[in-house]
Amino acid sequence: MDLRRAPRTVIDPKVRQVGFVTPGAAPPPARSHSVATDACSTSPPAPDLSLPGSSISPVMIPPPRHASADGLSSLTRPAAAVHVPASPLRHDTVQIPIGSYNPSEILLGSSPMISPSSRLDAGSEFSDEVPTSAWLSRRGSGKFASSFPASSGEMMAMKTTGGGGGGNTPKSSLTTASVVKTLPGVSEKDGGALIEMQNEGTSKPQKQKTSKAERRAIQEAQRAAKAAAKEAGGVKPSASSGGAIPALKQGKVVKHSPQKKDGPQVTAPVTTSEKKVVDRLPEKDRKKDVPHPRMQFDDKHRVEKAKRRAVVNQSEARNRVELFRHLPQYIHGTQLPDLESKFFQLDPMHPSVCKVGLQYLSGDISGGNARCIAMLLAFKEAIGDYTTPPEKALVRDLTAKISSYVSFLIECRPLSISMGNAIRFLKNRIAKLPHTLSESEAKSSLQSDIDRFINEKIVIADKVIVRHAVTKIRDGDVLLTYGSSSVVEMIFLYAHELGKHFRVVVVDSRPNLEGQALLRRLVAKGLNCTYTHINAISYIMHEVTRVFLGASSVLSNGTVYSRVGTACVAMAAHAFQVPVLICCEAYKFHERVQLDSICSNELGDPDVISMVPGRKYLNHLDNWADNENLQLLNLTYDATPSDYVSMIITDYGMLPPTSVPVIVREYRREHLWI
Amino acid sequence: MMDFQVVVLAGGTAKKLAPLVSKEVPKALLPVANRPVLSYVLELLESSNLKDLIVVVEGEDAALRVGGWISGAYVDRLHVEVAAVPEDVGTAGALRAVAHHLTANDVLIVSGDLVSDVPPGAVAATHRRHGAVVTTLLCYAPVSGPSDTGSSAGKDKVKKSRYNIVGLDPTRQLLLHIAAGAEVEKDIRVQKNILRAVGQLEIRADLMDAHMYAFKRTVLQDVLDQKDTFHSIRQDVLPYLVRTQLRSEISANGLHKVEDNANGRVSSQNYVTWMSQHREIAPSAYQELLALSPRSPENALRTHKCCAYIASKSKYCARLNSIQAFSDINRDVVGEASHLSGYSFSSQNNIIHPSAELGSKTTVGPQCMLAEGSQMGDKCSVKRSIIGRHCRIGSNVKIVNSVVMNHVTIEDGCLVQGSVICSNVHLQERVVLKDCQEFGVCSSCCRSHL
Repeated sequence: MDLRRAPRTVIDPKVRQVGFVTPGAAPPPARSHSVATDACSTSPPAPDLSLPGSSISPVMIPPPRHASADGLSSLTRPAAAVHVPASPLRHDTVQIPIGSYNPSEILLGSSPMISPSSRLDAGSEFSDEVPTSAWLSRRGSGKFASSFPASSGEMMAMKTTGGGGGGNTPKSSLTTASVVKTLPGVSEKDGGALIEMQNEGTSKPQKQKTSKAERRAIQEAQRAAKAAAKEAGGVKPSASSGGAIPALKQGKVVKHSPQKKDGPQVTAPVTTSEKKVVDRLPEKDRKKDVPHPRMQFDDKHRVEKAKRRAVVNQSEARNRVELFRHLPQYIHGTQLPDLESKFFQLDPMHPSVCKVGLQYLSGDISGGNARCIAMLLAFKEAIGDYTTPPEKALVRDLTAKISSYVSFLIECRPLSISMGNAIRFLKNRIAKLPHTLSESEAKSSLQSDIDRFINEKIVIADKVIVRHAVTKIRDGDVLLTYGSSSVVEMIFLYAHELGKHFRVVVVDSRPNLEGQALLRRLVAKGLNCTYTHINAISYIMHEVTRVFLGASSVLSNGTVYSRVGTACVAMAAHAFQVPVLICCEAYKFHERVQLDSICSNELGDPDVISMVPGRKYLNHLDNWADNENLQLLNLTYDATPSDYVSMIITDYGMLPPTSVPVIVREYRREHLWI
Repeated sequence: MMDFQVVVLAGGTAKKLAPLVSKEVPKALLPVANRPVLSYVLELLESSNLKDLIVVVEGEDAALRVGGWISGAYVDRLHVEVAAVPEDVGTAGALRAVAHHLTANDVLIVSGDLVSDVPPGAVAATHRRHGAVVTTLLCYAPVSGPSDTGSSAGKDKVKKSRYNIVGLDPTRQLLLHIAAGAEVEKDIRVQKNILRAVGQLEIRADLMDAHMYAFKRTVLQDVLDQKDTFHSIRQDVLPYLVRTQLRSEISANGLHKVEDNANGRVSSQNYVTWMSQHREIAPSAYQELLALSPRSPENALRTHKCCAYIASKSKYCARLNSIQAFSDINRDVVGEASHLSGYSFSSQNNIIHPSAELGSKTTVGPQCMLAEGSQMGDKCSVKRSIIGRHCRIGSNVKIVNSVVMNHVTIEDGCLVQGSVICSNVHLQERVVLKDCQEFGVCSSCCRSHL
């Protein structure tokens, strides 16, 4: 098979050559040379096969169109790609690999019994720190949980014991001057919010009492009223319908108290009290209203709906690019102050979730792994403080709680795919909790699950990736990276520690200029670096021997979803026949298929691309929003087609982009299981 | 409540405001637009959903008065606990006295004389977001002194003591240097290591420390315990924390404390260890700490962050800490910052209580306030002034840019301009008061031309 395909390497640069590596035994340098042969190399890789007992067998992976030419259906293509290395030679090495992608297992479709064990090996390799950290954190959170709810009680107790104690100033005692809200509905000057809350509290059970049919009737009536109002040609339809609905409603449902009727109808400026009302909707309604992670923001109706229940006050940006109207875009700089001023009103949120949300919004935390870790740790803390309300089941209530946290985080910044996967994992774990567990057991089990996820899927995965990737770095290499990827940084640092001599080219782009931070850290560690912007990519690519890129996600058609500009770098590298290696943890893989970067993306602040820091005189785009003919587009991600990717380095090994669906399919269950 | 506790430092009978403040009227109850100044803070906190407060008052008597007023005005609205501390312990001493009541993760400390509409949540959120040890609210000081009359006598002096010299990093979030305005005359000393760590230091002199701080509780308690000479938060504790942010003894001590001290800080500490464990993974999250100490992660743990929240220029923020400030705030609350007063203004942009009686041809101009039960004779004119309850004002009286407190009697033909007249003062016929800021030391007065 290899021989048959070998000639193609010569004529067709599209054919990629990828090695499956089992890093159990450190491969000799000679081998690593042969593995990463450039695609343009004229020598067929046959000699490699003759290495006795080698754990590496280079594979020729045909690009899709050749595969189909060979008569393979598109469905079996990945399997076929995998099929190649399944030589008897490989079968001997099956037990050795550490967390590497093992094709024979997948091919045989055999039980996943082997794969967890091999993964366990990976775990045990780093086991020295795994249990300790998990133990530490669990203990910590437990303490936190025990101390937190008691705080108010403690204070009350202290009040009586005041006056004693050491120190050079006498401790004073507190005297309670006034007690909060004993009477419902006491109207004071600013007591509005409070009263409405209480009204809501009393009217909530009534709301639940309405049957489905009744609710439907109300809805119908509302719709009719709206239509009538529109027909009446009211200049202010909201006012007229607002008047009409309560009247209709009164006829249908007598149970409602008058305040209640007005409550949800208010379309006027979102006041804090109204938000409370919205937040306290029964769980079922809330679930319905939670926007789908990939809500289409050009759907006016749903946007309106989502806005009403939003915590963060978001005003949508003007002059949005037509093609990207389905993505959320808000005026930057309005969200953070708004959320900050409402900090103490975000009661349903756990403080740690709130903190993470703020950090997302302000950009303090960015990058897939960092965001995911921060989110998971916040959830862990929130779970530690969680107590099941009476007459509710932990499984359901906690899931709803997590969902509300997630929708808050989405409002702060759209989720990354890695976070989506982590949330799915967590929810799955909650759903799968055995009913026999007590609340504290369930909580600690969830917390240790989160720890385990962070440890195995991120920390250890990164270490495995680094081990794999370092074999691809040789002395004298010139390595190019784009932006600031945490894994790539770790690879460079590790290779430097191993004493390899190489040079790094950090390619950066406006407006984030993340590469500068990376550059600073690399240079501080003594690496030889070159810094350039993406404009110069075609010039600098001449010198480069390998391109290492991070990824936000890898989709199942092999498309790499990453920081905008990655596709450009990969394409340039491909044109110069430089191998492109994508480093991505397997938990970021997603079964979605995406062909472009339009349907799913994130829009950044358009202002940052119009302003150049330090160049005050470049102000031609000031007040651009006033010009209707001008739209600025600041994309955050782009999709790199798999054609430009030579290899994806994951914690399961190094694989061609065509094998991504295999990982997604075979390890999905295990992902959720752990 | 987001794990924050609120302490309002309401002060006692401040010496600075000597004639205005007396045993009967402690500083917290000083009327601003006929409402005690403390009510502005309490309502600001209430609007941010902060309803559990500790109010610290200097002096037992004052505490009783303040407590009595709060329980009358805020019954069923706020849960306020009033603590009395001895006089002259300073703000740090006052905190020391209530330190054992503090249990939450972070403490928000607000001065009771703050008149502002800056949301406290913003300070708290900034504090949380950065995981700072202390976050302070800085604001652009309002214009001092009456704008139209040319009284700039004490203006420069006032200005200097109000402003602070503040050093900020380029993102204007980290507080790197702070000095009170009085120290401006001396050279500014900026530590080299801070400069080296942050690269660029922006020094500003147009910002005022508004005395609203968010402190990490454990750190605050450590500092208060260890440094028992510290008297004031603004002058001692805050500069100390800012000074030592790169060689923190506090957070190092805090680290050890965390081990045996079961408290909420464990979780956040835990977060830091998590992050430092895979620091390389999450460089962006760690960027700022790295920026401060680019050398090693152990070093990063020995630093703490001091942050600043700079209120936007559109927000009003002033402290009632001098007599000039008192008249300024009174002017602003019925003037440009009228949304703070909580009253609804008439179409003439003034507030006249329905029970006030006006004589014929008496005009009350815009930005004025006339409280209940006051009587005015004929042909009076009131401009940009506040007149308290049950004042009796004769005919032909002109009151401009002034504050007249309760139960004042002003007889015919007086001219009051740019002055503050305390309660129960009796002005006899044809008294002319100009720019007399603390009139009414003796409770009755005869004709005097100033």
